Amino acid sequence: MEEIKLIEVKEEILSDNIKQAEEVRGRLEKTKTMLLNLMSSPGSGKTSLILRTIEGLRGSLRLGVIEADIESTVDAEKVSARGIRAVQLRTGGFCHLDAAMVTRGIDAMNVSELDLVIVENVGNLVCPAEFDTGAHKNVMILSVPEGDDKPLKYPLMFSVCDLLLVNKIDYLSLNDFDTAALRKRTLALNPRITILEVSCKTGAGIGSWIDWLKAEVAAFKRLR
Amino acid sequence: MSRGKNTDVHELPITESILKIVLKHAEMNGVRKVMTIHLEIGKLSDLEDDWIQRYFDYLSKGTAAEGAKLRIERTPIMIRCNACSASYEAEIANIGDLACPACGEKGGTLLTGREYTVKEMEAQ
Repeated sequence: MEEIKLIEVKEEILSDNIKQAEEVRGRLEKTKTMLLNLMSSPGSGKTSLILRTIEGLRGSLRLGVIEADIESTVDAEKVSARGIRAVQLRTGGFCHLDAAMVTRGIDAMNVSELDLVIVENVGNLVCPAEFDTGAHKNVMILSVPEGDDKPLKYPLMFSVCDLLLVNKIDYLSLNDFDTAALRKRTLALNPRITILEVSCKTGAGIGSWIDWLKAEVAAFKRLR
Repeated sequence: MSRGKNTDVHELPITESILKIVLKHAEMNGVRKVMTIHLEIGKLSDLEDDWIQRYFDYLSKGTAAEGAKLRIERTPIMIRCNACSASYEAEIANIGDLACPACGEKGGTLLTGREYTVKEMEAQ
């Protein structure tokens, strides 16, 4: 019988990704390009928000978009049609983006000519929360039809974000969605999060989102 | 936080990282066969233990870690109150309604619960 050894390992499982994410952040700080990771469930309005954002930032900030999609390229096509630099990452079966995939995205664009790059993550409230993409800011969308109980079901997602956008507020009158309950649940998990209410369909609240973005990019450029 | 029938492959990259770390330490220590691997994973993580083992069995075929059993220890979700600095444990089920048992303050700062660590392994 051979002797059984107990080997002490103590290694962070996600250390490779964390290291790569730091590299992405460092690289974009040199070019003063803020990276924003946008996460939500499928169908909550990530692409619609990006299209609103393109219009809202036109003439003020230079924007690039990295789109992640399991198979299709429809989202990148919609973005490019508006004259914005868009890179499509096909994630194959992957349910989230990691820092290595984001690196490929920024390699494909001239980031030194951009003030802001928005990464549209894969539609999913679970896995994207676990993987650092190298973003400077994390933003999530929760749409009204999804329900106000989502912070209870996906606490990690709500705790890693800097901003929560409550989208499809035009559905509030058709729904028993409790905005106060959502705020209370979200702030209990993450007291520093900013919460804004928008409708990508009607345009309500989009001005506040654009103001938040401009202020964040300005603060980012001052610090770096 | 059940995902029901949602078949995410979130566990796959995690399992690849675990195997990479294990094989590196197996080589450093000159062992032939890894038998047990102890992991520390925070309770906030949504990983399914069964899936990690299944992916591990598949990925480790033909390596020193083939057939190794994963033992997963779930570290508790610990919160520090932002008002009085008391620490307390929270469960996923009541995470949306946190209140400090000492002073009643809502919410707080997460201390533990997001761990992802290969702690140790037994090998021959």
